[in-house]
Amino acid sequence: MFEQSISTLAKKLRNKDISSVELTRLFLKRIATLDPQLNSFITVSEQQALEQAAAADILLSSGKGSSLTGIPIAHKDLFCTEGTLTTCGSKMLNNFIPPYESTVTSRIQEAGAVMLGKTNMDEFAMGSSNENSFYGAVKNPWNLDMVPGGSSGGSAAAVAAGLVVAATGTDTGGSIRQPASFCGITGLKPTYGRVSRFGMIAYASSLDQGGPMAKSAEDCAHLLQAMAGFDEKDSTSSETPNDDYISNLNTPLTGLKIGLPKEYFGEGLDPKVADIIMTAVKEFEKMGAIVKEISLPNLQLSIPSYYVIAPSEASSNLSRFDGVRFGHRCDDPKDLLDMYNRSRAEGFGTEVQKRIMVGTYALSEGYYDAYYLKAQKIRRLIKEDFVKALSEVDVIMGPVAPTTAFGLGSKTSDPVAMYLEDIYTLSVNLAGIPAMSIPAGFANGMPVGLQVMGNYFAEAKLLNVAHQYQQNTDWHLQTPTMAKGA
Amino acid sequence: MNWEVVIGLEIHTQLTTKSKLFSGAAVGFGAEPNTQTTLVDLGMPGALPVFNKEALRMAVMFGHAVNAEIGMTSVFARKNYFYPDLPKGYQTSQMDHPIVGIGHLDVTLEDGTTSRVGITRAHLEEDAGKSLHEDFQGMTGIDLNRSSTPLLEIVSEPDIRSAKEAVAYVKMIHSIVTYLGICDGNMAEGSMRCDVNISLRPKGQKEYGTRTEIKNVNSFRFIEKAIYTEIERQADILEDGGRITQETRLYDPEKNETRSMRSKEDANDYRYFPCPDLLPIVLTQDYVDEIKASLPELPRQKAARFQSEHSLSEYDANVLSSSRAMADYFESANAVVKDAKVTANWVMGELSKLLNQEQLDIENAPVSAQAFGELLVRIKDNTINGKTAKDVLQAMWEGEGSADTIIEAKGLKQVTDTGAIETMIQAILDANPAQVEQYRAADEDKQKKMTGFFVGQVMKASQGKANPGLVNPILTKMLKG
Repeated sequence: MFEQSISTLAKKLRNKDISSVELTRLFLKRIATLDPQLNSFITVSEQQALEQAAAADILLSSGKGSSLTGIPIAHKDLFCTEGTLTTCGSKMLNNFIPPYESTVTSRIQEAGAVMLGKTNMDEFAMGSSNENSFYGAVKNPWNLDMVPGGSSGGSAAAVAAGLVVAATGTDTGGSIRQPASFCGITGLKPTYGRVSRFGMIAYASSLDQGGPMAKSAEDCAHLLQAMAGFDEKDSTSSETPNDDYISNLNTPLTGLKIGLPKEYFGEGLDPKVADIIMTAVKEFEKMGAIVKEISLPNLQLSIPSYYVIAPSEASSNLSRFDGVRFGHRCDDPKDLLDMYNRSRAEGFGTEVQKRIMVGTYALSEGYYDAYYLKAQKIRRLIKEDFVKALSEVDVIMGPVAPTTAFGLGSKTSDPVAMYLEDIYTLSVNLAGIPAMSIPAGFANGMPVGLQVMGNYFAEAKLLNVAHQYQQNTDWHLQTPTMAKGA
Repeated sequence: MNWEVVIGLEIHTQLTTKSKLFSGAAVGFGAEPNTQTTLVDLGMPGALPVFNKEALRMAVMFGHAVNAEIGMTSVFARKNYFYPDLPKGYQTSQMDHPIVGIGHLDVTLEDGTTSRVGITRAHLEEDAGKSLHEDFQGMTGIDLNRSSTPLLEIVSEPDIRSAKEAVAYVKMIHSIVTYLGICDGNMAEGSMRCDVNISLRPKGQKEYGTRTEIKNVNSFRFIEKAIYTEIERQADILEDGGRITQETRLYDPEKNETRSMRSKEDANDYRYFPCPDLLPIVLTQDYVDEIKASLPELPRQKAARFQSEHSLSEYDANVLSSSRAMADYFESANAVVKDAKVTANWVMGELSKLLNQEQLDIENAPVSAQAFGELLVRIKDNTINGKTAKDVLQAMWEGEGSADTIIEAKGLKQVTDTGAIETMIQAILDANPAQVEQYRAADEDKQKKMTGFFVGQVMKASQGKANPGLVNPILTKMLKG
């Protein structure tokens, strides 16, 4: 049951083959049994889930509801959920229960989905391995000694292990796609502005974007359909109408123009990963696609540009965590400065503090032009590269990450190696275009994701491309051994 | 040494939008702490700002009123610093691309001279909350009602050369923003706050001296006094061969002194950068033109019209147009009186005197412009004389009714019957034969001086009701026999 798709489960719920309460209990039991090994949840909201499931059953029995009604899902713990602890993976928010609901979670709730809980993540979404969580590292279901990727590592691991049907994630520099790749699931980072950021705790506002994480492109389409769309509460959300993501899934790919950027296949890429990507591309050629080599010449500059812009914005976004109104406050502050210093030193973990300091430095008087402004110029170049490439091809394909999931603790002492993990994903956020990770095979015993990038608001096209691939392959249907144990 | 003072002003005006700059919370003064706030004003995690277009419109109106360039693309930037009443840890303001660019304003001084003050820029920004230090047993209370209230910060060039000119400039800005209806101009409630930058330089020197900034001066009178005090302080230091420290100072009106708040070394590095939560504001020419076309008449235009339309003097026209409320009162009253000179004299004279006595704004005058006009009509048609009119106005002020009601009730109607006046005069002449004798013996100059005595007696006998215009010629005639 836990391996089934949203549309299959929706049909079963509607046919009363199973009730939402039964389905919810089944998944809650899987969480209770398996999650102690994975640590993918920070909060499991059992009682609330059962209440939502009961409500969904009533709705379904009156013939109402959407394809998500009664389906158990989970949210990354940076979406504010009214009345439910929202930590952002940080000690800073260890006591934070929002009195409001994010737009994403509220839309998914309105669609009738049942929230089982909140998933673990790198603190404030800063990380590529999910080792930066105050609540401990998340393990990869395919190998418990490996990282699940980050920062949406909890969502990725939970979906891969069948603890939820689908989950939300957020992607600032690869935080949906890289863990999706490492855990062998499907994830979509939408166009910047496609999904509202209201109620999503900000890391880097000009890059952050929420998106769906699920086993298949079809499941992602169902979730995105509920999440996406203009929100007057987010000034950067787009008024471009949503496409119908479901009905576009079956368009044939004959004549699809695929661009392969040569910079994505250079030094640093694990040859076994490269082979898998090329095999996947051949599969598309069999479906009638045309492949063309392209160039994204500024790819290398995406790392320095990102690691100036994102920390700069973060240094400002995280100023509100000052111990004054909510969150962690140190004991017995002797004065205001002491309260600020100790509350923030105690509340934020090392990686967060590091990025706040980098960002503060980059924005400082005398350094702003050399760092922040320069980074913004590079950002424009990167965007222009993509705009040019996407005027010649329909989609761009390449690896999501240079390697498969690495060992827990293996890169924690080498931040630069950790940052290089994001080389293939960062530029997409800098440009603001949508991109997906699709399971495409296994190397080193671990899953490998194919990245598919598209033009602005081409989510329907990406989901169509991914779905057609998944009609012809079964990589997305693989289940880790540990998940079969319950 | 002969010093020249150089002054530049930053004026924060609170805009009269219904809701805050970046949230739907109501704007208002004096509400219970933290009752006029939303997630956005509280800086809650995940809350996002949504720009209030009403504030944009007001800023563009101001730009037009000071002949300024309008920023067709303006950008909000974050000014980062930590303070407990700054909930997000940054103030959303504008830095490199303000909504209003370079403009200017002509300021008329009391001596009638006019000088031009350059406007550097005016930008939109949100206000912070308030820290409350009393009643919390040594702790600090935070009230975020004011958080995200819209401000337009108007920055002048260092073109001002005296305290008087500074006050005239602030008054002109006050008058413009209230004319436009974009600020209530209430300085006591902080709707308009002034930062004054002052430096001295030897007369004739081109380079500016080191300046100090006096923060948050909140009345016209304090601006003038603070400037005088600071000029004196700086001159003393310079004349002793000392140097001015660049710093922020605070004016204490009780001690009439300025004192140091923080020096430049302690100044924050605000790390301004474009706010990624808000898109740049891009205006169309149509939008800007439409606002320009819909601007109300401004103080200078109104003063010019008062001169041409009502033949008022420049001085009268300027006084009457100095506030929109005063100008409106004058025009409404004059619509009844139809004699601008009389209306102007009474508005600027007796009415202003009563307002000053009771420290009332003209908006709160207990006598409406209509009722005031009706009173003046009774002077013009000789029902009462000017002296009686003052008493009637006082009675109206105290709520005793309309001019006609009071005149009727108190029997104040002027005696205009020449026969009755002649009888009254005859009685006075009969009662004062010696004075009549003296008068008749005197030369013309002396006679003129003595007339006053008889007029006084007649007015006294008539309880002020005799029409002075009639008494004079009849009296002269009868005295001469």
